[in-house]
Amino acid sequence: MSIRKADVLVIGAGPAGLSASIEAARLGADVIIVDLNMKPGGQLFKQIHKFFGSSAHHSGSRGIDIGRMLLDEAKDAGVTIWLKSTVIGIFPGKKVSIEREMDDGTSELVTLLPEEIVIATGASENVIRFKNWTTPGVMGAGAAQTMINVNHVRPGKRVVMLGSGNVGLIVSYQLMQAGCDVAALVEAAPKVGGYAVHAAKIRRAGVPILLRHTITEAVIGEDGTVSGAVIAEVDEHFKPIPGTEETIDCDVITLAAGLKPTMDLIKLAGCELTFDGVFGGYIPLHDENMETSVRGVFVAGDSTGVEEANTALDEGRIAGISAAVSLGLISGSDADERRDAIWERLDSLRMGPFGERRKKEKDHLIGLFHEEVKDQRAFA
Amino acid sequence: MEEYIDDDMIVCRCEEVTAGEIREAVRDGAKDVVGVKRRTRAGMGLCQGRTCEKLVMAIIARELSKRPDQVGTSSARPPVRPVTFGELADAEVI
Repeated sequence: MSIRKADVLVIGAGPAGLSASIEAARLGADVIIVDLNMKPGGQLFKQIHKFFGSSAHHSGSRGIDIGRMLLDEAKDAGVTIWLKSTVIGIFPGKKVSIEREMDDGTSELVTLLPEEIVIATGASENVIRFKNWTTPGVMGAGAAQTMINVNHVRPGKRVVMLGSGNVGLIVSYQLMQAGCDVAALVEAAPKVGGYAVHAAKIRRAGVPILLRHTITEAVIGEDGTVSGAVIAEVDEHFKPIPGTEETIDCDVITLAAGLKPTMDLIKLAGCELTFDGVFGGYIPLHDENMETSVRGVFVAGDSTGVEEANTALDEGRIAGISAAVSLGLISGSDADERRDAIWERLDSLRMGPFGERRKKEKDHLIGLFHEEVKDQRAFA
Repeated sequence: MEEYIDDDMIVCRCEEVTAGEIREAVRDGAKDVVGVKRRTRAGMGLCQGRTCEKLVMAIIARELSKRPDQVGTSSARPPVRPVTFGELADAEVI
């Protein structure tokens, strides 16, 4: 039972939140970052593979190492890190209610009164429904990745993966590294969704990638958990073709069907939203400084549209700098110089077959912000 | 990708709401996610719609021949994550 003040509250200690907290703290802000998990770093600590991209974005580094580096930088910058701390509400006047687990294992509600808030709550996995999808053994690919790479527990012995985007491909490979059999990777589209280099690795390891197929049913075994997956071919409308069903024995079905931005705190803060198919669902409108329609509420990372760790890092940096501008710790022109350099890097990340569409969409959304919100910002 | 969902398929697992019940709510006059939530409790459980909202949107959109972005989103309410009454009772009121 306590009340605390802070210059900046950052919600979510993934790549976006950590980099926001580092920038703001280095500019002299008193920053608290909260995360509901036991470890900071968000999804980075699950990423045991090396990243692509430019050297400015740590290409060749593993996500887990980037996470450790960010954490050290945040500590050096004097950021206060609260783990096992869950924001349960944002109330008028920027009152933030946080359930914080104390060292003795008890929890208490803390009311934080920050000047600026950065919401970097990431994204959650989409689900695909088929008969018996609620059976134990059906899980998100990200959940399976957490089990093997963070908790060092195999989700089962034999896996059928649905979805051939990069998450489906990478997690399939990592499941094999963890000692699971991957019986098949099933994809409804006529071609693989992710990078060819990841798909080639899977194929070389002998995993069949079944295109134009979907899962129609989880078979329930005697113990009430998954004992198989019924797959079927699909027609051009992705509808299963009767008579093509086949059962694959497995005890785990993992779903890699994309992500959607996590919106609950952004909604509670009163930010104006827009629906965006490219970025995975509803997202907050924001300007080029990552400030939302509510003054002093900034956003960064996947919660502004599902992208990558690299783009999240850079958006977080911009949000942190902008929060420092609001606090009067850096002049607008100094900040613009820094932010412009980051935007240039962001543009270079949003290139190529996957990135270009995102750059176009991001530019469109910032334009939309200026059309719809302009100077009509609300006060929290 | 469009999913083919039978009426007896559970969509909201927290509140055990089926696709058929959601379609029934739409026939009953629900025009958006909030309307379906009020009639069926879909999205009112432990996960607060984080798992099912996208599919609820897709089903409503299909029933009403609209785009998913035309059927709204649910409103968030605190506490957005479960919290005990004891902690609430101990909290300082400001």
